[in-house]
Amino acid sequence: MIAQTLQSLPQVLVDGVTLGAVYATVAIGYTMVYGILELINFAHGEIFMSGAFIGTAILLVLNGAGWLAHLPKLLVLLLTLLVAMALTGLLGMGIERVAYRPLRHAPRLIPLISAIGVSFVLQDVVRFIAEWRTGNYIVTGVTLYGSEVNFGSITVKSNALFVLGAAVVMMAGLDLFVRKTKWGTAMRAVAQDKDTAALMSINVNRVIALTFFMGSALGGATGVLFAQQYGTIDPYIGFILGLKAFTAAVLGGIGNIRGAMFGGFVLGILEMFASAELGPLTGGVLGAEYKDVFAFIILIAVLLFKPEGLFGQAVKEKV
Amino acid sequence: MNVLEVSGVHKQFGGLVALDDVNFQVRKGSVTAVIGPNGAGKTTFFNLITGVYQPDRGDIRLEGKPLVGLRPDQVAMLGIARTFQNIRLFADLPVLDNVLVAMHGRLSARIPGILLGRRQIRQEERRAIGEAYWLLEYMGLAPYANEIAKNLPYGTQRRLEIARALATHPKLLLLDEPAAGMSPRETRELTEMIHRLREDFGLTVVLIEHDMKLVMNISEHILVLDYGRAIAEGPPEEIRNNPRVIEAYLGRGAVSGA
Repeated sequence: MIAQTLQSLPQVLVDGVTLGAVYATVAIGYTMVYGILELINFAHGEIFMSGAFIGTAILLVLNGAGWLAHLPKLLVLLLTLLVAMALTGLLGMGIERVAYRPLRHAPRLIPLISAIGVSFVLQDVVRFIAEWRTGNYIVTGVTLYGSEVNFGSITVKSNALFVLGAAVVMMAGLDLFVRKTKWGTAMRAVAQDKDTAALMSINVNRVIALTFFMGSALGGATGVLFAQQYGTIDPYIGFILGLKAFTAAVLGGIGNIRGAMFGGFVLGILEMFASAELGPLTGGVLGAEYKDVFAFIILIAVLLFKPEGLFGQAVKEKV
Repeated sequence: MNVLEVSGVHKQFGGLVALDDVNFQVRKGSVTAVIGPNGAGKTTFFNLITGVYQPDRGDIRLEGKPLVGLRPDQVAMLGIARTFQNIRLFADLPVLDNVLVAMHGRLSARIPGILLGRRQIRQEERRAIGEAYWLLEYMGLAPYANEIAKNLPYGTQRRLEIARALATHPKLLLLDEPAAGMSPRETRELTEMIHRLREDFGLTVVLIEHDMKLVMNISEHILVLDYGRAIAEGPPEEIRNNPRVIEAYLGRGAVSGA
């Protein structure tokens, strides 16, 4: 039994890291917004979903026009990613402007409700458009890189390499941006103390808008890659995935960008491990369908012993 | 010439009149103190000047430019910087970043340029870091550049707040109780530092302070607030002997008994 587990471990790790990359990049969006506004942006999962639909729509249109066969695949993927990032980034900025900014000084619960409202609106708008254009809200897209690559006993969809590559590039870029540029420094300052940051010549609203743009663009790009990886999408994929990415953000210590990345990978690997091994390990009592339970039990365990998350700082009560 | 002109400024919070029709001029290059008992409206006064609050009526001008209606970041860009009664550094950021943050408004870099890694933006960032180090050196903070701000000793944090304020290139520097919690020796050093700052940066300084020795030593002009009203204004010798000021600080009996 152990031997079997060990044998399948490399495959589990590869699949887990791929899924983890998705969680990690989406988790960044939650953690950035929380870090700066202390708001759980429940609409973020729907921004991810919108990205998946925008990417799929672009590819379907290109395919319908017969251009897809003539263009280099890599170029198509890059352009699709960039367009989806720009659009979801603007979507995130727009949501902040319309649904959160007017509530900036309201009690915390109010913008949270507003966020839940936005996510329902996005689900229904996307569903409406999808049904209107394709007749069904479940959409199967065009897969650019459908082939599989074998490394010994491990099988990897070639698309997974793009998921991983793009995730790593985006995360490294964001990390550099936040640590090294003047806008990144401004973000960190605004996250700590908005009033003082304003007195130090920082336009706080602009920094918040930028935060939403970047977090949403990452989420949108991940949506495109997710649709490529798993083929079929519907307007409700953002809910569970958003919940898990949020979990990853909490696991890493919400508000901490590197923590969110780490939490995403941990959650992805745990989930894949449970999905592959729970059956064999429990002699078939618990099957792969318990993978989420397993992952969330780990989360609860971490939070019981380290409530601030793995990389979070314990918040001192303000006196 | 006046750097700051405050005329007829009124601010009310609910039923509480925090500032009642205050007029105030600050001469360029001067050190001016705002004093008064606790709750007299001194900090509210700073908050109105810096755009944190908007006055209900009245006018505030910096070198003739109206400030009313501007956001704090816009006021900061026009040349007003401040420190706080309770230190408000970006506690979890390194010392150097605290200073860099305050240069934000003056740096021209926009997002697309940063993403493209344009050369002039990289040069600008490098110049900003150079200037930040120079400021830290000037304030005697260079050895702490990479420390997290909250780990610094109290007096050092106070100096960092001033360094951060200087990084916005202010014309007018507002210091809110700069000597609070300082030893007599530190207070003497502070006095010298304020004089030096004025000379080296061509600043005008307005400070709120309770330490009367410091106030009398350093300021050329004093404004006294009590219950939101300006009850006296003038050079230190005059303020020291003003019966209304003594009354505000010590109560009515202090004057009649004297």
